[in-house]
Amino acid sequence: MKKLTFISAAIIALCSFTGTGYQVGDKAMDFKLKNVDGKMVSMSDYKDAKGFIVVFTCNHCPFAKAYEGRIIALDAKYASLGYPVIAINPNDPTQVDADSYENMQARAKEKNYTFPYLVDETQAIAHAYGAAHTPHVFVLQKSDNDFVVKYIGAIDDNSDDPSAVKQKYVEDAVNNLLAGKPVNPSSTKAIGCSIKWKS
Amino acid sequence: MSYLKIAFIAFLFPFLVTENKVAVVNFDQLQTYAAQKADDTLYVVNFWATWCEPCVKELPAFQQVQKKCEGHKVKFIFVSLNAPRELNKVQDFVDSHNLGPLVLLLNSSNPNGWIDRVDDSWSGTIPATVMYKSGKKVYFREGEFTPESLEKVIQSKNK
Repeated sequence: MKKLTFISAAIIALCSFTGTGYQVGDKAMDFKLKNVDGKMVSMSDYKDAKGFIVVFTCNHCPFAKAYEGRIIALDAKYASLGYPVIAINPNDPTQVDADSYENMQARAKEKNYTFPYLVDETQAIAHAYGAAHTPHVFVLQKSDNDFVVKYIGAIDDNSDDPSAVKQKYVEDAVNNLLAGKPVNPSSTKAIGCSIKWKS
Repeated sequence: MSYLKIAFIAFLFPFLVTENKVAVVNFDQLQTYAAQKADDTLYVVNFWATWCEPCVKELPAFQQVQKKCEGHKVKFIFVSLNAPRELNKVQDFVDSHNLGPLVLLLNSSNPNGWIDRVDDSWSGTIPATVMYKSGKKVYFREGEFTPESLEKVIQSKNK
């Protein structure tokens, strides 16, 4: 290995964001982001919500695609119980055209999204939350005027095969919150596509 | 076909006969390939997938450094995180990109069970690279390498 020439010009292509972001128990910031219908959406708009299922997701990622149907099902099940889904696309569309605003509009229409699909143009929300990949879920509980992070991680334990899922992490988290019980596990990890950060 | 002819074809078209067969392993089996090796070889384990654009873009850097490391105690293991049903797709990619010689497909439906066992700091985003030597983890990184940055890390870990 000594024979390897040392190249001092090594500039590491840091493409992953490893900032701290939110931990479970932190208060999450509200946002005002543009929806696919052109209107701005904030969590504070939802007067009756008990909390939110905030999903950082996108169009192009195979994992995000694999979860589209399950995200729609989460909103169908939990919006009426006070925990609506809010999907946020944080990707820089100049890197992935499939994640452009127009393509987001097309996907939302094609899949009949019942929830907002917002564009995080400055990526400030994804940075603040500490979203690392898509899909990445943050379950928030409303407490007075705060949104407290109760769960961070994967939707369930099997991205590839919905029929083989053993643990529905997000459903379990929301069910426990609705029942006034602690969320366990309160954070999980999953493989996913890196968020395409602006350079 | 005579051995001579096979040897001749192998000489002309080495990629035709040096197919690297992708083995499907679970996480415990994966550990035996690198993390649990007690020898003084540096094991460089790269997590990638055919669907992961930055991973695919990064692989030539690994192959370039791998070539430079020939004759040294450095072994590269390419671990695909494609779904097991995509084995053929992975094999096709391996064949067309001459990736190898050791390519594994990690068959583990619940990443939450093993991501932390690779490294606590890993969010699960790929590419990610972990290095082991003498049965110990000596390096972990989530994100991409350039050939230069990879070479530098390998050099520092393999003194």
